[in-house]
Amino acid sequence: MIKVDNLTKWFGKNLAVDGVSFEVAKGEVLGFLGPNGAGKSTTMRMITGFIPYDIGTVTIGSYNIDDNPLKAKAMMGYLPENAPAYGDMTVAAFLGFIAALRGLSGRDRRIAVDKVIETCFLRPVRHQSVDTLSKGYLHRTCFAQSIIHDPDVLILDEPTDGLDPNQKHEVRNLIKRMGERKAIIISTHILEEVDAVCSRVIIINNGRLVANGNPAELKAQSKLAGSVVVTIHGVAYNDAARRLEQCDGAKSVQNIAEENGACKVRVYPESSSVANGLAERVHAAASESNWIISELHREDGRLDEVFRTITTSDTDTAQR
Amino acid sequence: MNSSIKNIRTIVAKELSSYFVSPVAYVFIVVFLMLSGVFTLVFSQYFEFNEATLDPFFYWHPWLYMVFVPAVGMRLWSEERRSGTLELLLTLPVTVWQAIWGKYLAGCIFLILCLFMTFPMVITVNYLGDPDQGKILCGFIGSLLVAFTFLAVSGLTSAFTRNQVVSFIISLVVCFGLICCGWQPVTDAMVAFDVPPDAVKFITASSIFTHFESIQRGVINSRDVVYYVSMICFLIFSTNVVLNSRRAN
Ligand SMILES: Nc1ncnc2c1ncn2[C@@H]1O[C@H](COP(=O)(O)OP(=O)(O)O)[C@@H](O)[C@H]1O
Ligand SMILES: [Mg+2]
Repeated sequence: MIKVDNLTKWFGKNLAVDGVSFEVAKGEVLGFLGPNGAGKSTTMRMITGFIPYDIGTVTIGSYNIDDNPLKAKAMMGYLPENAPAYGDMTVAAFLGFIAALRGLSGRDRRIAVDKVIETCFLRPVRHQSVDTLSKGYLHRTCFAQSIIHDPDVLILDEPTDGLDPNQKHEVRNLIKRMGERKAIIISTHILEEVDAVCSRVIIINNGRLVANGNPAELKAQSKLAGSVVVTIHGVAYNDAARRLEQCDGAKSVQNIAEENGACKVRVYPESSSVANGLAERVHAAASESNWIISELHREDGRLDEVFRTITTSDTDTAQR
Repeated sequence: MNSSIKNIRTIVAKELSSYFVSPVAYVFIVVFLMLSGVFTLVFSQYFEFNEATLDPFFYWHPWLYMVFVPAVGMRLWSEERRSGTLELLLTLPVTVWQAIWGKYLAGCIFLILCLFMTFPMVITVNYLGDPDQGKILCGFIGSLLVAFTFLAVSGLTSAFTRNQVVSFIISLVVCFGLICCGWQPVTDAMVAFDVPPDAVKFITASSIFTHFESIQRGVINSRDVVYYVSMICFLIFSTNVVLNSRRAN
C-alpha cells in the first residue's frame, strides 16, 4: 500500500532524511519511532506530498506521489504534527470543508461528518469554534479530519500527543481497529504506544533507518530479553546468587534490590532467545532450596532499552 | 475539470465565510465607507464641483486601496503558514492553483461587496444632476481593477511570511510604489530631476495610476485591460512559485 524507496532530503547542508526505505501493507500498523529531530515528520511530509524530496520514490497504492499527486493524496488521510485546523470555523464546518475537498457532497458529506463526529467523540463540541477547543478535542478534530473519507492509507504524526490517558486509550483503540483494514503509519516517541497498537516497528535516527521488525523481534534484541527476575525471602543475596549461578543456562546473576530481608535478583541467560527454559530451572532451584518466592517472571526485553541502545550508539558512530 | 471548479468553489465559500465570522469584515467595510466618504467630501470638496460626477469619489480610490486591500489580503497565506493549516490544505487532493484561485476570488468578492456598499454615492449624484452613467460604470470597473491588482500583490507578499504584519507592510509599500510612479506630482519631480524621458515614460506606463486614470476618463481600452490582466496573472503565478518552493519554512 505504501512503498517508500531510498527517500532522501536535505535542508541546506543538513541531511534530514538519509535513504529511508520501507513498505507498509494493508492490515499493518507501522510504528515509526525515533528521538526528536530524527526525521519522522519530514519523512511523513514527503510521503503525503507536502514537501518535495531530493532523491527516492514514494508510491501510494499504485500511484507515485510525484506523477499522480492528486490520486495518491486522495487515498491518504493525514494528521500533521500539532494538529493544525482552521481556528475561525466550527468543528462541524471544518469537517464539512475537508469532506467537500475530499470529494464528498450532499447527503454523503453530512453522513461522513456525523460519522466521524461520533467515532472521535466530538459531539459536545460540534458547534464550537476550533479556536476555543481544548488540546484533546483539537487533536481529535484533526484526527477526525484525516479519516473522514475512510482512506486506505493513514499517516498519523504523533496522534496521541497532548491527550490525557483516557483519550490516548480511545485513540489507540481506534487506530488498532482501523489498522485491520488500512495501511497505517504512526510516528511516536512514546514506546508504550508501540505495544498497544503496532504490528511492526521501524526506528530512525539522524535520518537513517536503524531497525525494522515486529515489536517482539526488537524487544528480543534487548540485553534483558530472556532474563529471569526472582524475589526471594529470608535468604542473603550471596547465598541465593551462588545457587542460581549453578542453574543450567544461567550466565550471570545481578542484584537488583535487597530490602526487608528479601532480595530481588536478575538471572541472565546464556542464549539470548526468550524461550530458553531458564525460568523453569530457576523455579526448580528455588523449590529445592525451600526458598519463599513472592515474584518470578521472565523478561521479554524492553523496547525502551533497545531504543536507547540503538539510537545512542548510532549517534556515537556518526560523531566519530 | 469539474472537480477543480468544485474545489475552487468550496475554498471560495470557506474563505468568504471566514471574512464574515469575525467582526473584522464589518469593521473593514465601515472604515472603507467612512474613508471613501471623507476623501470625497473633504479632500475633493465634492460639493464645490457643481457638476454631477463621481470623479472626485473615484480619484482617491487607489490611495484608499493601498491601505485597505493589504489589510484584507495579509492573512490569505500567512495565516495558513502560521497555524500550520497549509500542510493540511496542500496534502488534500487539491492543487496549489485551485487553492490560490479560491482564496483570490473570495478576496475579490469581498472587495466587490465593499465597493458595492458605496452605492448611495451613485444615487446621490443621480439625484443632484444628470451624470454620465457610462463614465460611472467605467469608474467602478477601473476602481475594482486596482483593488484586484492590489489583492494579488498582498496575496503574493502573504505567501512569503507567516507574519501578517510583515505581509501587510511589504504589500502596502509595493502598492504605494505602484501608485506613486505614475502620480502627477512624482512624474513632475522625475522630470525636474532630469530623469531621461524614456525612463520616465516607462516608469509611468508601469504605474497602476496611469491605467486607473485612463479608465476613469470613461473609455476602457485594451492597453489598460492587458496591463491589469497581465499584472494579476504575473502576481498569481509568482504566488504559486513561492508556495511551491517555500513550503516547509
Ligand atoms: N523546514 C525545515 N527547514 C530546515 N530544517 C528542518 C526543517 N524541518 C525539519 N528540519 C530539520 O530536520 C530534522 C528532522 O526534523 P523532524 O522531521 O521534524 O524530526 P522528528 O519529527 O523526528 O522530531 C531536524 O534536524 C530538523 O531541525
Ligand atoms: Mg516530529
